[in-house]
Amino acid sequence: MIRIAKRAKMSKAKSAGIRLLAILLALLTSAVLIVLALSLHPLDVYIALFKGAFGSAYRIREVVESATALTIVSLGITIAFKMQFWNIGGEGQICMGAFFASFLALNFPEMSKPLLLTLMILAGMLGGGLWALIPAYFKAKWRTNETIITLMMNYVALKWLTYLQFGPWKDPNALGFPKIANFADNAILPEVFGVHIGWIFALILVVLVSIFLNHSKKGYEIAVLGESENTALYAGVNIKRTIITAVFISGALCGLTGMIQASAVNNTLSVEISKGIGFTAIITTWLGFLKPAFILVVSILFAALVQGGSFIQTAVGIPQAVAELLQGLILFFVLGCEFFIRYKVVLEKPLFNVRRGTKE
Amino acid sequence: MKRKLSLFLVIIMAMVILLTGCGGSESEEATGTNDQEKQYKVGFIYVGPIGDGGWSYAQNEGRLYLEEKLGVPTIYKESVPEEAECEKVINDMIDEGCNIIFTTSFGFMDWTERAAKNHPDVYFFHCSGYKTLENMTAYFGRMYQPRYLSGIVAGLKTESNKIGYVAAHNIPEVLRGINAFTLGVRSVNPDATVHVKWTKTWYDPAKEKEAAKALLAEGCDVIAQHQDTAGPQQAAEEAGKWSIGYNTDMVAVAPKAYMTAPIWNWGPYYVEQVQAIMDGTWKSENYWGGMETGIVDLAPLTENAPEGAAEAVEAAKAKILSGENKIFTGPLKDNTGELRVPEGVTLTDQELTSADFNWLVEGVIGTVE
Repeated sequence: MIRIAKRAKMSKAKSAGIRLLAILLALLTSAVLIVLALSLHPLDVYIALFKGAFGSAYRIREVVESATALTIVSLGITIAFKMQFWNIGGEGQICMGAFFASFLALNFPEMSKPLLLTLMILAGMLGGGLWALIPAYFKAKWRTNETIITLMMNYVALKWLTYLQFGPWKDPNALGFPKIANFADNAILPEVFGVHIGWIFALILVVLVSIFLNHSKKGYEIAVLGESENTALYAGVNIKRTIITAVFISGALCGLTGMIQASAVNNTLSVEISKGIGFTAIITTWLGFLKPAFILVVSILFAALVQGGSFIQTAVGIPQAVAELLQGLILFFVLGCEFFIRYKVVLEKPLFNVRRGTKE
Repeated sequence: MKRKLSLFLVIIMAMVILLTGCGGSESEEATGTNDQEKQYKVGFIYVGPIGDGGWSYAQNEGRLYLEEKLGVPTIYKESVPEEAECEKVINDMIDEGCNIIFTTSFGFMDWTERAAKNHPDVYFFHCSGYKTLENMTAYFGRMYQPRYLSGIVAGLKTESNKIGYVAAHNIPEVLRGINAFTLGVRSVNPDATVHVKWTKTWYDPAKEKEAAKALLAEGCDVIAQHQDTAGPQQAAEEAGKWSIGYNTDMVAVAPKAYMTAPIWNWGPYYVEQVQAIMDGTWKSENYWGGMETGIVDLAPLTENAPEGAAEAVEAAKAKILSGENKIFTGPLKDNTGELRVPEGVTLTDQELTSADFNWLVEGVIGTVE
């Protein structure tokens, strides 16, 4: 019989060892795949993967750019997760943030650049925050399941953007091709060291969110509420207000990412604006143990994996599907090992031994 | 238990080492700086996977032909979305040393233009658009010519006089195709109508197939398509009806349904252009080759094609090649009855590619939206 039991706390060294082993196993498994399916040398592929992420200044900038989006969304999700509010709605909040910001960008292109960008940032945060408020309100008021509502609202937001792109916002100059017009230069975030300024926002936010969660009254209330609602009640926490505030901030950070992606990366709004960042960020949030500094590191590693994965397609000439398979395998092992760190599988003899031919 | 596990691991490890040893990486170290002037490397960007059996497959055949003929190294990226990601992929490729880039879908146009402005020393080729720069060519083929011919085959074949057409985006390119096809159909069968369903996507095998199924359910007995995959062909095959493919010879996918297809042959053009760059004689252009260049053609008719089709196609093809039949020659009415091209007038290339070309010819059941 197999039983799954929760582990007592594991020593740091041991858990680090397990994680290292997981990565090694992932690389080994992928290696078998690479040899059998593609007859390539796995080391070549891994070296290319690394080179693809860090091999040139350009590639490092690309990694920083995608890590920026991942970090900010993960920070947003962390705030909700701390409260055990499972915000799976990052995608939708990114979309709505991008939508609010794009509304300004498309309608007031002649506004002065600093003013327009500031307003777009605020609008983006408002858009994401308001979109997250809907499930928060339902949860605070009627205790609905936020996992399902936030998830479903992703699709509503996505379809809303689809409607805009294929309908009223379609660029008349695109000969009927469904795309929204590109932003004017005034609506595009400036670059610092060759990467859009969002990476500085991300670094500042890592510090701010860290302080907010660990050293502010609200942050403490969020943590208490997350651990136990009764304790929070007893401690005099205003539960509804805490839920609403925390989730609004959570959504606002996702919305900010939407604004950054629309302005600096895509230079326009499109249905592909969120690119699954909202979902990927859930992984990076977990792997970062809800700690802002860890999240930053994990996001960079993850972005490197994606950039490297894209590079090996052209450099070593492997199909896109296989590149994604490799990324998936690595993630599968890394996430899987977290299970073994938290739980153990116990093999035990059944109480009443079923009769067998021979004893073991 | 523990011992078994570690034994297992050791075996895996041994296997990996063994296999990687044999795996044999013919590490082709870039043989230094070739003293042959400049080194060229060509990058191709595809909108779908090269295994789509259609558009991207045909593009990739062109790339392989280029590699074979000129021995120039090429790289490619599949399934690139038609948005900012495209510019990133272009930049990635330039970072990897590419100095000639082919972007092979309409939606890549603006991103290609931006990249071309940022990289004046790189040569760009954008397929199916209309923007050109000093270092950016727009190239395409007059696919409407073989589409007209495929319409003749469909028009002769249909028994229900209803022909289905699965179409991607309502841009001039696709509208030209539908209209030319319909004109071909009605040149041999004036009673037949062409029923259009839009998928609003180039590549989505399931959606394309669904659209074809819906058309079959409405009574169409021949399915034509302007899509990247063979999804609609499968639908026709499964329904026991007939089909006209697109992009490449699709006979393998639907042996009982497939009759012919208007097809692309990109290779020779790619060779000619890259050769011109190497020779230093290249100039950007807006290239639109017709059947006489071979960039577009009609695939051989299969035995599913109706009797007399081969002769009718041959005759019409001769007229297109001689310039006698320019296809979009008046009088042409649209499907609301309005006269669009008066008697004796032929639409110019400018008119055929402009945003005003947003109407469907008489005989098409459907709207441009």
